[in-house]
Amino acid sequence: MKRLLALGAVVLTTAALAWAGAESTSAPKTGVAAKPVITKAVKGEQCVEDTEYMRRNHMDVLDHHRDKTVIEGVRTKKHSLKECINCHASETTGSVAKGKDDFCVSCHSYAAVKIDCFECHSTKPQASMAMHPMNAESAHYAHKMATQTNDKVSAEDMAGIAQ
Amino acid sequence: MSEDKSIENTPSSPERRRFVGLAASAAGLSLAPGIMLMEVAHGRPEEQAASSAVRWGMLVDATKCGTGCNDCVSACSTENGWTPVAESQHKNQAPQWIRKLELQDPLTQFETNLPMMCQHCADAPCVDVCPTGASFKRADGIVLVNRHTCIGCRYCMMACPYKARSLVHEPLNDTQKADVPRGMGCVESCTLCVQKIDRGDGTTACVEACTASGHNALLFGDMNDPESEISKRLRELPTKQVRADLNLNLGVRYHGI
Amino acid sequence: MASITFREVEGSSLKYWLLFGGLGLFVLFGALAWNYMHHHGHVVTGMDNQIVWGLPHVFAVFLIVAASGALNVASIASVFNQKMYKPLAPLSAVLALALMLGGLLVLVLDLGRSDRLIVAMTHFNFKSMFTWNVFLYSGFFGLVGIYLWTMLDRSVAPYSKAAGTAAFIWRLILTTGTGSLFGFLIARELYGTSMLAPMFIIMSFAYGLAVYLMVLAAAYAWTGRALGDAVMLRLKGLLAVFVAAVLYFTVVYHLTSLYFAKMEGVEAFILRDGGIITTLFWVGQIIIGCVLPLLILLTALGKQRTWIMVACALIILGGMAQMYVTIIGAQAFPLDMFPGLIEKSSFADGQVHSYAPSVPEFFLGLGGVAIALLATTFGVKVLRLLPATLDDATVAKLEH
Repeated sequence: MKRLLALGAVVLTTAALAWAGAESTSAPKTGVAAKPVITKAVKGEQCVEDTEYMRRNHMDVLDHHRDKTVIEGVRTKKHSLKECINCHASETTGSVAKGKDDFCVSCHSYAAVKIDCFECHSTKPQASMAMHPMNAESAHYAHKMATQTNDKVSAEDMAGIAQ
Repeated sequence: MSEDKSIENTPSSPERRRFVGLAASAAGLSLAPGIMLMEVAHGRPEEQAASSAVRWGMLVDATKCGTGCNDCVSACSTENGWTPVAESQHKNQAPQWIRKLELQDPLTQFETNLPMMCQHCADAPCVDVCPTGASFKRADGIVLVNRHTCIGCRYCMMACPYKARSLVHEPLNDTQKADVPRGMGCVESCTLCVQKIDRGDGTTACVEACTASGHNALLFGDMNDPESEISKRLRELPTKQVRADLNLNLGVRYHGI
Repeated sequence: MASITFREVEGSSLKYWLLFGGLGLFVLFGALAWNYMHHHGHVVTGMDNQIVWGLPHVFAVFLIVAASGALNVASIASVFNQKMYKPLAPLSAVLALALMLGGLLVLVLDLGRSDRLIVAMTHFNFKSMFTWNVFLYSGFFGLVGIYLWTMLDRSVAPYSKAAGTAAFIWRLILTTGTGSLFGFLIARELYGTSMLAPMFIIMSFAYGLAVYLMVLAAAYAWTGRALGDAVMLRLKGLLAVFVAAVLYFTVVYHLTSLYFAKMEGVEAFILRDGGIITTLFWVGQIIIGCVLPLLILLTALGKQRTWIMVACALIILGGMAQMYVTIIGAQAFPLDMFPGLIEKSSFADGQVHSYAPSVPEFFLGLGGVAIALLATTFGVKVLRLLPATLDDATVAKLEH
């Protein structure tokens, strides 16, 4: 019996060896991993679900929606990856996964969870904002982006007052 | 004169339609989330699944297809974001969702040409052979690859009698269109511009381009609706299915071959 | 009935570790080749949108087919109760498992998304021959594993015959499945026939036994154990019958195809105009794989150990050529979408497709072979698979 187990171990080890070929992982080199940078969404006030809920369950939400979309052709905006990208694309890289601090990548590399989405999906919104036909809407967001820093300061001030 | 006419006949430019579509959805959304007040022409409500009451199909009139004209191929490449084969570094490995086929009868010297792409079989061999079920037929007759479950085994490419499928051989480096996910290691083919159909455009990029070029060799529509333009034309014109001997019940029908 | 002593190979000599290290090196090369292909995509291989299955599939399918055939010796012992084969059975089972492992690894590492193996294990389309093969391969590991257990552990020995029979039936179905992988394709002229299933079974008998004989002879020669002529001559006779059957099936298959007018083009391609494919067919598959081995095995040459080994090597090479012709040849011939018309396009329609395997593909395939041999080499060290002696006197006692 022991010998059979040993054989099993051999078979598994050799299989593992073949698989183990250095998959290019970009593990952080430093001893302590830096905390993820969570940038506030550029567009919109509130996510389609509570932030806490999304942090834990976004993968299930996306999974469910992707099957509805691909197989049934239901392309509702809520829970669609495209809309996530539209809101969360970084202002500097224009993407959710290009730079190391971009919305998706930042947390995923901290948690060391591989994202498979962007093997196929674009990481950027459909078109650049300036070219967007809904220029009224995008102008609104541009305005919001400009005033965001002020909002943040005042919110912190208020928190200070409350304390 | 004819040029003017063809421009007028073009349903409307893609940009304009996209603007109208977005404006409509924006209006609907801003009035009351979840309730659409305006519906885009031909489209089903966005929360409604594709239905088997519809069968999307295409009629190719090879007698009208322009020799040397490649507009349908370019339009497909632009809409779906695949690199045109002429610009590709690796021509044999470059994906081609649609291609122009030149045919010649060696005996009579008769020449014809036509676009060849996924024929959207009702009994698709690629769907039968796919080990994971990634290759599937949507309720409205469109044969698609679910890239979430495609493992790149290429068995569907072995099975397809039309050589309609391509494997993405190299990294795409985030050049994909937001509406058309594509990725290295997965198999892909013509989707009948499913993103446009779901948007309610009621046509495909190749058909738009063919109409715009003035050839009018392509017609797209619902083959299940007896009143649709395509159904009417299919009733009048003698058409053939490519490799009809395989009895696959194709969604693309050819006239003049 | 005389009992047979099984003993592990000591495996402490320099020669053993050199063999082990050499094989390990090829496994490493295979892993590096996979990493390279996986990182850059299939663009670095010779495969394209015309030849979609290349050299890795040639290696993989050969190994899987040979795996099923390597179980032959064990089946003859337990299912058909031939006592002389009993001592040969454990090695047969281990070799079958090892070859299957090597073949499957090559197959899955050549996937466009080999990182998604878990998807293949959790999503099934039961209309697909591929899905059935996933179950057939897993079942093969299970059943042959149990069978091996009944051979090695005396406490479960009574179940050996039942386990052996189950494994035997299973691997017949398995090779049918592998053959049908091609047989169930309507698009390619050379496939789409149920003939491929029985043909693959008989090929598996020949290839598997050839591999088995070489491994057996090598193991006994390198460990200095006695291997009598009785065993070798008996097995080589069987091998000759299998090779003759392969030749027979090949002839019938092509004669049938030649009779149908619609197959004339593709048959002319394989048999006459196919360049490298035609050469591989006539020189590789027919002469090296069938004619020469038959000449050796059926004449006085077949009485010499060295010549039997040469015949085995030729059968294996011929088998690789056969897989190449079957897999690559069928894809190289263009699909005939418009019979009778000349087709031209940017997508190589109407043209014969050429294929030049790249180095990583070759090493990926060799890596599979190396894994199979490495597992076997390790197996004979840790398990009591090989009888301490197989000299003629010991074997003769078994028969009475």
